[in-house]
Amino acid sequence: MENDLGLWAVPLAVIGGAIRVSTPILFVSLGETLTERSGRINLGLEGTLVLGAMTGYATAVMTGSPWAGVAVAALAGALFGLLHGLICSMARVNDIAIGIAMMLLGTGLAFYFGKPFIQPAAPDLPAIPLGGWSSLPQVQSALNVNVLFLIGIAAALALAWALRSTRPGLILRVVGDSTDAARAMGLNPALIRTAATALGGAFAGVGGAYLSLYYPGSWNEGISSGQGLMAVALVIFARWSPVNCLWAALLFGGAGALGPALQSVGVTQGYYLFYAAPYVLTLGVLIATSSSSRALAGAPGELSITK
Amino acid sequence: MPLFNARPTPTLSRRDLLRGTAALGGAAALSALPRPLRAQSGLTVGFLYVGPRDDFGYNQSHALGAAAVKAMEGVTVVEEENVPETNDVQQSMESMINLDGATLLFPTSFGYFDPHILTLAPKYTDVRFEHCGGLWSEGKHPANAGSYFGYIGMGQYLNGVAAGHVTKSKKIGFVAAKPIPQVLLNINSFLLGARAVDPTITCQVIFTGEWSLAVKEAEATHALVDAGCDVITCHVDGPKVVVEVAAGREAFVGGYHADQSSLAPQQYLTGAEWNWAKVYTDMVTATLKGEPIPNFVRGGLAEGFVKMSPLGPAVPDAGRAHFEAVKAEIEKGGFSVIKGPLKDNQGNVVATEGQAFLETDPVLEGMGYLVDGVLGATS
Amino acid sequence: MAVAEQGMQGAGGGLALLRRAEPVAIPVLALLAGLMVFGLFLLTQGRSPLAFLAYVWQGGFGSAFSWQNTLTRAAPLLMAALCVALPARLGLVVIGGEGAIVLGGVAAGAVALPLAAMPGAVGIPLMAMAAMAVGGLWIGAAGALRHYRGVNETISSLLLSYIAIALMNHLVEGPLRDPASLNKPSTAPLTEALRVGELPGLSVHWGLIFGILACIVAWVLVERTTWGFAARIAGGNVRAAQVQGLPVGKLILGFAALGGAFAGLAGFFEVAAVHGSANASLAAGYGYTGILIAFLARHNALAIIPVAILLAGFDASSGLVQRRMDLPDATMQVLQGIVFMAILMSDAAYGRLPFFKAKG
Repeated sequence: MENDLGLWAVPLAVIGGAIRVSTPILFVSLGETLTERSGRINLGLEGTLVLGAMTGYATAVMTGSPWAGVAVAALAGALFGLLHGLICSMARVNDIAIGIAMMLLGTGLAFYFGKPFIQPAAPDLPAIPLGGWSSLPQVQSALNVNVLFLIGIAAALALAWALRSTRPGLILRVVGDSTDAARAMGLNPALIRTAATALGGAFAGVGGAYLSLYYPGSWNEGISSGQGLMAVALVIFARWSPVNCLWAALLFGGAGALGPALQSVGVTQGYYLFYAAPYVLTLGVLIATSSSSRALAGAPGELSITK
Repeated sequence: MPLFNARPTPTLSRRDLLRGTAALGGAAALSALPRPLRAQSGLTVGFLYVGPRDDFGYNQSHALGAAAVKAMEGVTVVEEENVPETNDVQQSMESMINLDGATLLFPTSFGYFDPHILTLAPKYTDVRFEHCGGLWSEGKHPANAGSYFGYIGMGQYLNGVAAGHVTKSKKIGFVAAKPIPQVLLNINSFLLGARAVDPTITCQVIFTGEWSLAVKEAEATHALVDAGCDVITCHVDGPKVVVEVAAGREAFVGGYHADQSSLAPQQYLTGAEWNWAKVYTDMVTATLKGEPIPNFVRGGLAEGFVKMSPLGPAVPDAGRAHFEAVKAEIEKGGFSVIKGPLKDNQGNVVATEGQAFLETDPVLEGMGYLVDGVLGATS
Repeated sequence: MAVAEQGMQGAGGGLALLRRAEPVAIPVLALLAGLMVFGLFLLTQGRSPLAFLAYVWQGGFGSAFSWQNTLTRAAPLLMAALCVALPARLGLVVIGGEGAIVLGGVAAGAVALPLAAMPGAVGIPLMAMAAMAVGGLWIGAAGALRHYRGVNETISSLLLSYIAIALMNHLVEGPLRDPASLNKPSTAPLTEALRVGELPGLSVHWGLIFGILACIVAWVLVERTTWGFAARIAGGNVRAAQVQGLPVGKLILGFAALGGAFAGLAGFFEVAAVHGSANASLAAGYGYTGILIAFLARHNALAIIPVAILLAGFDASSGLVQRRMDLPDATMQVLQGIVFMAILMSDAAYGRLPFFKAKG
């Protein structure tokens, strides 16, 4: 049975990869966008991602329901984010440093408590076969879209709208742009930032649950290859816009699928360089869209790394 | 507002305090430290793993072997996992020797040999370092080091035989970490085993570049299945992801390192597993008796170093019979996978008519080619 | 700040002494508090906190052997931390030290082959300089992107470090590969003359001494030279610095490149003193640990020394803890996470603890 697509396999794989790989990155980026819009930076999301992956998987194993796993992962992420928010609300505490320490703590806790869950198998999250119209299995697989991906898109659009047009969105932006202005409005910046960080953590937890409950769909200590850290970086790349986060995640995920796809059609030289493609691409776009004058247009005024 | 606190440097620095505290606190604690449990008359054996013990793969296979040793009388086992192939492993080994009294060490990852074992062996001449996968050679390497390995290529050959009977697309796939000889031999054996059933079968290989990278392994598996492969095997440290993703795409799977059948009971054909329990218990028994362990130990299916997982439900009866026949032939000895006439996929001759390389042939440990029929390149 | 006030008050007797102790006592108290929290965690796991501490001591600091273990681990960390701490004085957050270490090591390994016939006195400095040049270029690029294109250096240095690792793998398995290194692709092994040896009497390589020297040099640069002074001003307020006519661009490039050069030097030592060639083991995570050390040390180059040793001590004892207490290696990560959060949180306590405040 020949379903040989020849070179068409490559763009198809890129699309499939973009959908598959981007989801956890998208969730972490959305969560971090909220946090950074409020004026905090949470580098600990890598740890939150792994913790979410572990708690989600463990819950799914113990209850038999992957969605229960997602819920618990979100809760765990929220609690971890809350911790970050509360600590960073203390005077003079450096949020970047705390983030790195929490990355260590989150990963450590996840690996520690996750040991008994490496062997058992957990039920997977459901996917919607959007490729049913095609008879080609490759297309069907590439368009086999996980529910969380669709939720992620909806969340990106919803967050964009909320930030732009709702009162909570405005409050968040004011707190992120100027602490003084926020206080003048009678708001409590520390409280709002902490809440934003907790919510951001919840998103990251869900992203982690996707990794362990769908793709790659297993819990082990190598589950994350720095996606959490990359996702935080992508927020800056996306200029703190939730919809841009979606494009950034898709770009990154698609570029990541290039390497294996090219090998499968016979382009085998220098495959490491192709594996570097997502990073090179991101860096390239970043350089092209930046200029020293309007360097950080759109940056929340209170964000520590952009001041 | 500055990112960092513009606090003037304190006159009495934290550095001195930390050091002082450590000195004070430690003295007290050390006196209360319980002495480590050391086997009085027996042996303390140390195992070092490069990754987590339960990875459903390489490290787990060694841990299973260590578990067999733990059950032995008069033997204490100490294990350490996630030891990277840097100076860390030297420190860990020295720690086991100095603080645990270990006299037999099993550093199980390839990268531990040079320079780490080679640095320590001359320093601790009464300790035996048994390295997995290394190429110990007389005169070149210290006498208190040794290497052992198994001819698991034969196992991949048998994987290939099973695959040959099951594949409908005549395309099989291999997710490989790095193009080193051990991996290349596995890839070639997998294809040649399938070709023993049907010479038109081809094998697509994708290199992930890392021994353990879950997302890349998943992507590679998807790419293989997209390219039309319907039986997948791999050589990465933890095959769990490859097995699960392949099974999820309704492809069949050949296992590696350890038994992954519980992950995909319907799709699992068979698997090439290590049987380190036999190797380790033999070596420990010899040490307990005071007998020397040979410096260069190799074994295959016949010697029990390697075993095959039970055949899964998808293998047809004809396939089963063929599989068992080939297995019996391998166990008899004298079987060659790499035999002439054979060309590599660049057109060069690898073996001429009548030429055959036994699994024990050291030439195979320097393999740098992919045979004709494998789609992919070594660089 | 407490200490600044003390300077203004002049001789304040006992109060002055108390104030002096504050910057030191607070982190120590935080360390103890963190250890206590971790101890509670251990109790919930059915393990004895005291036994744990004893093993950390024994494994990290309790004997000559453990000190060798700790100091060997500290050597690359010192230089990796400088890669973060130096640009940080300018207000830059660079987290890509791992890339500079890796490429510095590759440069050293690559240069070693044509230098094979050279005596050590010539070859070793050349290798080190190659490593420092490449490392400096890599992080300097992040600095340049920041200054000339406004690209955020945190994200660019992170991306560059991933690209560096991919580049290292490509080079080490391809163009620079030693054909004899079959099962572990590496560059050609260094000749004996080009190897860096151990310090006399200790089982620790020279990288430790150079790491400490690097920290001292960095401290002198930042605290005692006009360059450092200018950098600190720029780090405080870029606009004011530019108004003053300080060469902010040159400072950014210079400090970023210097930080990268130190990281590259760490890579050189990994190749010349530990591995004997460049291979994938260069990506050992020192760069990321360096970030933590730099922040814990408040980017003070001298404080990096004890912090790196503390962290190295924890790492050194982790194996012993794993074996004796039957705890997974992740336990040490949990400990480090808790302790370092406690120390970082203690920032908030400065000037707030009643014990250290002025009375009346």
